[in-house]
Amino acid sequence: MADTAVKEVKEKKPLLGKKERKLLLDPLNDNNPITVQVLGICSALAVTSMVLPSVVISVAVVFVTAFSSLFVSLLRRKIPKQVRMIAQLVIIAFLVTVVELLLKAYNYPVYKQLSVYIGLIITNCIVMGRLEAFAMANKPWPAFLDGIGNGLGYGAILIGVSVIRELFGKGSLFAGTPIALNIIGPTSDYWINTTTNPWFSWYVNNNLMVLPVAAMFIIGVFIWVQRTFNQKLVDVS
Amino acid sequence: MDAINIFIKSAFIENMVLAYFLGMCSFLAVSKSVKTAFGLGLAVIFVLGITMPINWVINTYLLSESGLLHTDLTFLRFILFIAVIASMVQLVEMVIEKFSPALYTSLGIFLPLITVNCAILGGSLFMISREYNFTESVAFGLGGGFGWFLAIVMLAAIREKIRYSDVPAPLRGLGMAFILTGLMGIAFMSLMGIDPAALAK
Repeated sequence: MADTAVKEVKEKKPLLGKKERKLLLDPLNDNNPITVQVLGICSALAVTSMVLPSVVISVAVVFVTAFSSLFVSLLRRKIPKQVRMIAQLVIIAFLVTVVELLLKAYNYPVYKQLSVYIGLIITNCIVMGRLEAFAMANKPWPAFLDGIGNGLGYGAILIGVSVIRELFGKGSLFAGTPIALNIIGPTSDYWINTTTNPWFSWYVNNNLMVLPVAAMFIIGVFIWVQRTFNQKLVDVS
Repeated sequence: MDAINIFIKSAFIENMVLAYFLGMCSFLAVSKSVKTAFGLGLAVIFVLGITMPINWVINTYLLSESGLLHTDLTFLRFILFIAVIASMVQLVEMVIEKFSPALYTSLGIFLPLITVNCAILGGSLFMISREYNFTESVAFGLGGGFGWFLAIVMLAAIREKIRYSDVPAPLRGLGMAFILTGLMGIAFMSLMGIDPAALAK
């Protein structure tokens, strides 16, 4: 696990200086929450069988990590060490409830489809992991940026995995959204109809891709690719 | 007899990690060495074994309509369960910090993260949805914890051995852990659906 504790900034600095940009961009590659810090794997396995839930969850997680980091960082001197976990969880649970109610009010069909997964953000370890590792020891503005960055890094992996799983598992992309694409399948609803198309008659959707096991393999391969290009992450031990 | 069946079932057949994929983060991150994995596994057994009966009592006597308050308070379930789990984990953290500082440093952030280990909350929710009684919930907690312990020690042992193999450098460590877990998960899929109660007859 990479240590990201940054010394507190003393002097006045511009809102988006070099250090702040680093906080925002580091989690996308060098310090990615999923492939480097190993946080938030459970939900990455559970929601990535289709693209739509992954996108909604990613947006919700960006919101929750950003604001929970902000609030915990504001309260960091007030929270006693012995009850810090309960305090953090109350803040997280409050924000997740806000997300849930917003979604219920403004987009009920998506809420119906996702209700369980939204609740699962409470137990998503990215949120509490970043609170413990960063927000408890840093000022509110860096903590807020760190939250956004980590949410984005998580979302990038989630959407990448879900595209592969939906394409090869179900033969579609973005199902359930206005831009749904039916790419390959055995009926005439799909672009490539495997029952009539002479070149793709061998093609069958891969049922393994629908299972959580597939996400393990895909993330494993993602880590392989990322570390091939980013040699400093390679595990030497 | 029922309790023993539930213990075996939750430890081997419906393994939290390898069948339901719960509690993955700490499972993958702390399985570098058998020693650390052993410590975290014991902590998870303890937390699951304690929180499950407490949550059962809370759910039956406080939250359900037939309980002491005669009102349906099940909407408070999440927040109360999480509060119980968080306080238990805080307790475990203080005990480990006091008695084994070496284990405390090697577990690092993943000790407080037991709180958000989905296996713990997931276990409590499974217990509610399967309508276990008190002894069954104790057996389920200990069995689930034991299954988690077994899985993390197994993965740690494989990872210690595989260090001597010629794995491509970028895949070493975490990447290999993901693929190994996937393979172990496929192996455990074949155990799904076995009923120990039926086998005993």
